[in-house]
Amino acid sequence: MLERLLEEVPLFFNYHNLVFIAQAMGRTLWMTLVGCSIGFAAGLLLAVIRQSRSRLLLPIRAVVIAYVETFRRIPFLVILFIVLFVIEPLMPGTSLLGIATVSVCLLSTAFLSEIVRSGLESVPPEQVEGARTLNFSALQMLLLVILPQSWRVILPPAAAFVVMFVKDTSLASQLGVIELTFAGKMLVNRGFSPVLGFGAILVCYFLLSYPLSRFAAYLEKRLAPS
Amino acid sequence: MHHLEIRNVSSSYGRQEVLKDVTLSADKGEVISLIGPSGSGKSTLLRVLIGLTPPTAGEVYVGGERVDYGSRRSVRALRDRMSIVFQQYNLFQNMTVMQNVTIAPIKIKKRPRAEAEESARELLARVGMSDKHDAYPEQLSGGQQQRVAIARALATNPEILLLDEVTSALDPERVNEVLDTIRALTDEGITMIIVSHEMAFVREVSTRVAMMDDGGIVEVAAPKEIFDAPAEERTRRFVSKILSH
Repeated sequence: MLERLLEEVPLFFNYHNLVFIAQAMGRTLWMTLVGCSIGFAAGLLLAVIRQSRSRLLLPIRAVVIAYVETFRRIPFLVILFIVLFVIEPLMPGTSLLGIATVSVCLLSTAFLSEIVRSGLESVPPEQVEGARTLNFSALQMLLLVILPQSWRVILPPAAAFVVMFVKDTSLASQLGVIELTFAGKMLVNRGFSPVLGFGAILVCYFLLSYPLSRFAAYLEKRLAPS
Repeated sequence: MHHLEIRNVSSSYGRQEVLKDVTLSADKGEVISLIGPSGSGKSTLLRVLIGLTPPTAGEVYVGGERVDYGSRRSVRALRDRMSIVFQQYNLFQNMTVMQNVTIAPIKIKKRPRAEAEESARELLARVGMSDKHDAYPEQLSGGQQQRVAIARALATNPEILLLDEVTSALDPERVNEVLDTIRALTDEGITMIIVSHEMAFVREVSTRVAMMDDGGIVEVAAPKEIFDAPAEERTRRFVSKILSH
């Protein structure tokens, strides 16, 4: 058994397979980073809208709450299929990767907005009162006082969410996106040993998520007050 | 014309009326102290004045101009002329001492940075915090933070300064350094409304003292009268209780 495996190794790591795996890894990384970056920006916006007390924003706030509370409760796989069946007739020819990335955005927006919101809420109201009496505008309060003090609370769970999502993107394989998991399956179908095929995929997932968590830990340390 | 005039101001928190028909005025450069038991509405009055708590009735005039607390523009104009120092200092935790003092002049009043830092250095020297420009609030003692908070409040050149129990959160040893700082300000022509439990200090620096109880003003008089010969029985009871400690 082991002998056969060792024989297979040079065959497995041929140029074609390596490019194939690298491309799949790129798609997994793309879905995670692009999806979660857009999700973070949108989540920040939603969190701010949800926090605002402006009466003008009240209807928008209701929509935001409904969106966040709904999308946090739908499985990612279901979101993938919903997006597929909505986008496909509207914009035929959209790539499966594009559809999966939109799905990641939708889900991560909902989750990350909750993470951002708890960060914003961690800033004591006295900080805001101090800023108000000095005539800060709402935007100045957010950018100069509230956000700089919330990163510490926002960053660890946000980073954990992104790292977790590296793994969750494997569900996009159900859609037919050739990301890491699907690539592993295809390699095995071509006759390579599952140990090699999925072993290589396992290493790739680790290579993606470990540096991400290190980077998050570094940011967390840098943003902590001196 | 009074510099600050409060006419029949009331304010409610939910159904509870926390300020009842308060009328009080201050001339330019006057130092008026508010005394009275906890929950008598002293801090609420300051919060109403600076626009943090909405009044439910009454009018406030600054320099003869009526303040419309429902209008953002009017409140902004008010806060250009009036500053407040809080009991809990409320310094921005993410900024150094220097940034705390210069942020409003630079970002809000659009003064050149160099100019704002120059006046901040003077202000910090005046409150005895010259050697702590680059410290963060959490590295400072309560008394030091409060002195920085006073410098921050003065950095926008207010005509009126509100001081809300600024020594109540401090260690007893730190109280005097803050009181000394305020004492030095009283002859600079800034109109001050001070909420304080430091009766000796109140007696020394105030031009007039207002006794408050249950959301209303009981009497307003010179400190000597309030402490030695109050007209009202309520004042006499409060003062004798406090001074006997």
